[in-house]
Amino acid sequence: MTTAYEYDVLVMGAGLAGMRAALAAHEAGARVAIMTKVHPVRSHSNAAQGGINAAMTDRGDDWEEHAFETVKGSDYLADQDAVEILAQEAGREILTLEHMGVIFNRNEEGRLGTRRFGGQKRARTFFVSDFTGQAMLHVLFEQLMKARVPVFEEWFVTSLVKDADGRCAGLIGFEIRTGQFALVKAKAVIVASGGLGRVFEPSTNALICTGDGMAIAYRAGAALMDMEMVQYHPTTLKGKGLLITEAARGEGAYLLNRDGERFMKRYAPNMMELASRDVVSRAGQTEINEGRGVDGCVLLDCRHLGRRLIHERLRQISDEVHSFAGIDLTKEPVPIRPGMHYQMGGIKTDVDGRCWDRHGAWAGVPGLFAAGETACLSLHGGNRLGANSLLDTVVFGRRAGRCAAEYAREVPTPHVPDSTVGMEQQAVSALLSRHANTDSVATIRHEMGVAMHTHLGVFRDQEGMMTAKETLEALHDRYSRVGVQDKGQVFNTSLIRALELGFMLDCAETIVRSALLRRESRGAHFRTDYLHRDDAQWLKHILVYHQPDGSPRVAYLPVRLTRWEPKVRTY
Amino acid sequence: MITTFRIRRFNPETSPSMPYFQEYKLDTDRADTVLDALIHIRETLDESLTLRCSCRGAICGSCAMRINGHAALACKTKVQAMASERGIVQVEPMNNMPVIKDLVTDMAGFWEKVRQVQPWLQPAGQEPEAEYLASAESMNHLTGVMGCIMCGACVSDCAALEVDERFVGPAALAKAYRFVADPRDGAGRSRLLALNEPGGMWDCTRCMECIEVCPKGVGAMDRIMSLRGQGIQAEVPSTCGARHAEVFADLIYRKGRLDEPMLAVRTFGLRNLSRLLSLLPMVLRAFVRGKVPKTGPFHRAIPGLEKFRRLFQRMEERP
Ligand SMILES: Cc1cc2nc3c(=O)[nH]c(=O)nc-3n(C[C@H](O)[C@H](O)[C@H](O)COP(=O)(O)OP(=O)(O)OC[C@H]3O[C@@H](n4cnc5c(N)ncnc54)[C@H](O)[C@@H]3O)c2cc1C
Ligand code: SF4
Ligand code: SF4
Ligand code: FES
Repeated sequence: MTTAYEYDVLVMGAGLAGMRAALAAHEAGARVAIMTKVHPVRSHSNAAQGGINAAMTDRGDDWEEHAFETVKGSDYLADQDAVEILAQEAGREILTLEHMGVIFNRNEEGRLGTRRFGGQKRARTFFVSDFTGQAMLHVLFEQLMKARVPVFEEWFVTSLVKDADGRCAGLIGFEIRTGQFALVKAKAVIVASGGLGRVFEPSTNALICTGDGMAIAYRAGAALMDMEMVQYHPTTLKGKGLLITEAARGEGAYLLNRDGERFMKRYAPNMMELASRDVVSRAGQTEINEGRGVDGCVLLDCRHLGRRLIHERLRQISDEVHSFAGIDLTKEPVPIRPGMHYQMGGIKTDVDGRCWDRHGAWAGVPGLFAAGETACLSLHGGNRLGANSLLDTVVFGRRAGRCAAEYAREVPTPHVPDSTVGMEQQAVSALLSRHANTDSVATIRHEMGVAMHTHLGVFRDQEGMMTAKETLEALHDRYSRVGVQDKGQVFNTSLIRALELGFMLDCAETIVRSALLRRESRGAHFRTDYLHRDDAQWLKHILVYHQPDGSPRVAYLPVRLTRWEPKVRTY
Repeated sequence: MITTFRIRRFNPETSPSMPYFQEYKLDTDRADTVLDALIHIRETLDESLTLRCSCRGAICGSCAMRINGHAALACKTKVQAMASERGIVQVEPMNNMPVIKDLVTDMAGFWEKVRQVQPWLQPAGQEPEAEYLASAESMNHLTGVMGCIMCGACVSDCAALEVDERFVGPAALAKAYRFVADPRDGAGRSRLLALNEPGGMWDCTRCMECIEVCPKGVGAMDRIMSLRGQGIQAEVPSTCGARHAEVFADLIYRKGRLDEPMLAVRTFGLRNLSRLLSLLPMVLRAFVRGKVPKTGPFHRAIPGLEKFRRLFQRMEERP
């Protein structure tokens, strides 16, 4: 039994990007709905601690400086027209959020206050203590309730449907609670399904960050771009890889090696701890590799910041460090190390979120939009600046929502035969009925994560990446035979993890594929066998497309430069 | 350290579908959380064990469940702190909401109550060109309540909800307070009027459970008390709720303990028989759950009452 639904705009994902997009589409008069595998406020956006960047011109900041620092941070791989939009629209977007109800920290005059973040000279990061993401996410959900946007809550999307002309026509998914499949038709679909952190083990990302939307769009014909650019955050806790926000360093915390030396002075004498993330992560990892670490870690020292500041501005991480590492931030330095954190790459879009090019320079799927971490404009290029991602979700979420609503006004309702649901359901039933063998989804997932972390982490080389490639091929093969133990219909999380693993393996493959191709070091992609940036050959994006036989097809696009010529990058 | 996890399981698809306890033995590390252990069980021992979890960092609010009888986030609870002398940890789904499967509960009712308090900013007057001006203190104060991750732990263990499911509950009330206390919000009075209705801010019995179990220090009960204070200050009409509080105080003054039947009678008035009768099912439920004292329903004054009254007087003398 299946049910059919129909909307103008359908959003996959209820994180910041998805909810912002849905609100914008709703305001533009579209009939919009959201499908999400977890309740909106459980989305991963709530993990964002530090804040959101904006150069507010009414307080003497300069959006061009923000844009330039973003471009420099990206190691000149970012498309500069997109970065200019991001920086220009940031201030307005912060005010919109404030008017919706976000409780940003204030200064003495009762106006919005800022803190400093990495890779930037000025304090332009707006924040809510150190749970900025949560504060924003809950407010967007409030607005969604107010606007009465329907939410398919705890629905798992399995694929994207296209009509006979290859236009996007909706999503197929099932209600987790009942196992019931449905086709939700829509004139436009916005994929806002977040990152793919769990492809790596460990990762700062939540367990639900499995790259579903990227894989679903990729399988449907969209391009994945900049996939080799995977950000390692300098300060993650050993073990599970939980994040300690950059805001700690923004507030003045030091990085120390085993000799108590502030080692950043040897790597980034001017910006020290606040150099961009790729630089600080490489520095930390080098200290560890060269034997100046402590038990596989370096140290983050907050002791001199004082109890009061820690309580007011770093409360959440001081709790976190206390409960997960048993350390009192005010008394002891915390052992930390670089850990996988963010995927710069994703579904290729233009500056309005479209996943197809109206001028035909690159291929894609008409009617499909993307926003947030799952999308790639490219704003962050080779390395994202801290606090630019939240900004990305709201600015480009809004733009995608508005553009999708306009697009939906112009196109007729797509035709898709209802039998598509049956086919999808059968594919999933086939997986469900496969007999469990000695292998398991969890084992494959773990081996994939470790291989990716080992060979595609802070330092990479040809040999290691080839090993990862072979491992992935073997895992793919095992995946095609693995079974699930739980055979039920109701809340079958065993099945969900198996489906997620399929998505993750596809994503992993595109990462390795792109990383092998890029024979230079740029941003987060640092190769010990090609130590330097090579603008003559590689000032371009790598795009991969899915082919019917499952193998990726590669294409290239030049980086769009507007006003900043690539320069040597020092901090 | 070998730990036995005693997990309450429920699968609606098996027949007969009755909840039962299943035990798993696991070698746990000192640093392990209950969530680590549950994930380990489902990855190595039993894939069908069902729970919600995502962030592992006490921020997404997915993994609230009852651990040794009290609601907590599994990802924030250390196994070592919970294991009994015999190395047993008991894990059950949250209370006060229906169970879907194993440790997964249906939170639709929870969200419906949150929605009831109209939890969105309702500013008065025109939107300013720039940001609203607000003092740093007022905003800092609000971050305390904004820290609520809507995990449901407080609702699971709320004593008032256990006997009367119409009560809007601690999480929704804390959310309501977040708006009443926001200097940018202009709907304070109508919010207080709505909370003044039965099922609203006066139904809390001040059992403190919501404060005890909250993983984020939201302090729902304190927020409810602030709401009541603001209600009285804003002179919302003295409805059942407010009268309930007055009678509550008066009874305690006279007897030194709460006389529930008297409380109900005086709150609603003897003439409001229908309302009184509507309480009967709740009283019965309370009785079944052993919430009615063995000494019988009608209380005598407690010994040492004089001392107690002096306490009251001293409180009233305070400005
Ligand atoms: C620990 C941490 C701290 C961070 N701190 C900061 C910071 O301080 N500043 C900053 O700018 N950035 C920060 N980031 C990055 C930023 O938080 C994320 O990039 C951003 O929130 C992503 O938002 P999103 O809306 O794209 O996706 P998400 O919030 O991840 O939402 C994804 C949505 O997609 C849904 N979904 C996924 N798959 C499916 C499926 N198959 N079916 C249905 N629904 C699906 C999910 O249910 C969810 O609702 C941080 C990231 C981490 C990990
Ligand atoms: S008040 Fe505390 S216990 Fe209740 S929902 Fe919020 S965070 Fe959870
Ligand atoms: S103090 Fe009130 S709201 Fe909190 S748990 Fe007890 S009865 Fe419920
Ligand atoms: S897993 Fe997110 S709160 Fe426990």
